[in-house]
Amino acid sequence: MNVQMPSLKFIVLLFIVAALLLVFGVVHQAGAAERKNPNVFNRLLKPKKPFNLPPAKDGYHDPEGEGVAYLQPPKEAFKDLVPAKVGNHVDWVRSLESGKITPRYDRLDPKAKPIVMDLNIVREVKGSMPDVAYPHKQHTEWLDCSNCHPAIFIPQKGANQISMAAILMGQKCGVCHGKVAFPITAKTCRKCHSRPKGRKGKKAKAKKAASKK
Amino acid sequence: MNHAIRKTGLSGLLVMLLTVWGLASPPARAEYGDLVLNEHAEKEGMPPVIFPHWFHRIRFRCKVCHADLGFQFKAGGSGINMLKIIDGKYCGACHNGEIAWSVENCNICHSGKPGLKTQVIGSRLGTLAPPRAASKP
Repeated sequence: MNVQMPSLKFIVLLFIVAALLLVFGVVHQAGAAERKNPNVFNRLLKPKKPFNLPPAKDGYHDPEGEGVAYLQPPKEAFKDLVPAKVGNHVDWVRSLESGKITPRYDRLDPKAKPIVMDLNIVREVKGSMPDVAYPHKQHTEWLDCSNCHPAIFIPQKGANQISMAAILMGQKCGVCHGKVAFPITAKTCRKCHSRPKGRKGKKAKAKKAASKK
Repeated sequence: MNHAIRKTGLSGLLVMLLTVWGLASPPARAEYGDLVLNEHAEKEGMPPVIFPHWFHRIRFRCKVCHADLGFQFKAGGSGINMLKIIDGKYCGACHNGEIAWSVENCNICHSGKPGLKTQVIGSRLGTLAPPRAASKP
C-alpha cells in the first residue's frame, strides 16, 4: 500500500503535465499560424507594449512582497494629468502649468513659490536639424539653479560643448532627459529642436524695422 | 525502477512548471524613471528598493530632493543607507512619520524582486551597447 500511494500521486501529476502541455500547445500553434503570413501588414512594427502597469504586474516589484499592496497603481494617479506619448505617458510640464499637479517647492512650506527665470537660450546646431531653444522657464519651475550650474552647464555663452552622443550617454541634458525627464526618442526631437534655422529673433527684427525707417 | 521513473517524472514536471512560469510571467514594464536601489539591500538580507519618481514628482518639485536634500542625479550615487535615513537625512527628511509614513514600513520601499541591479528603469543608457573597453572582462 505504501508503495502504491506515491505512484497514484505520480499519475495525477502526469495528468496535470499533459493538460498544461495541451493548453500551451494550442496557444503556441495559434501564435505560429499568425506568424506564418509573410505579407502581414506592418511586418517589422512591434506591437504596442502595455504601460503604467500596477506595481504587482510591472516585473520589478515582487508580487508576493508584503508592501506591494500599499503601492499606488500609476494609472490611478495619472488619470487627470496631461497625457504624452513617451516616458510615463504623462506630460509633466503641461500638467504643472495647467495646475493638474501642485508639487511643493519647499519640503515643509506648501505655499513656497519657485524662483522662475524666463530666458530662452538659443543654440545654433550643426546639420539640418532646427536650432535648439532651451527654455529656462520650464526648467526653473522644477529645479534650482544649483542643480545644473556650474557642475553640468558652465553659465557662460559658448563654454558648453553639447552633442546628441553625449546626451544619449547620460551627460549634459542627458543627466535627466532619457532617465526621468522626457526621453530622447524620434517622437521628442522637436521638443528641443524647435527653432527653424535662420529665423530672426525679436531683437533682430526690431533692429531691421528701425533701420528701414 | 519505480523510484527512478518517479524522479524523472518529477524533475520533468519541475522543468515544465518553470517553462510555464517563464511564459506566463508578464514582461518587465515598470514605470519610466523609477529607480532600483540595491547597493546594500540584498547584501544585508533585504529585498531591493524601488523608488517611484512619478509618485514623488506629483508631490514635490525636483529641487526639493536634488538641491535641498542632496540627492545626486545618479542611481546609487548618493551613498544612502538606513542609518542616514533614520537620522533624518535623504529619504528620512520626509519619511519620518510627519510628512510621510515612517521607516518602520520596511516592505513598502524594499519591494523589489530579488537579484535586481541598481538602475534607472527605462533609461536610455540601458538600451545602448556598452563601450568596448567596458565590455572586456
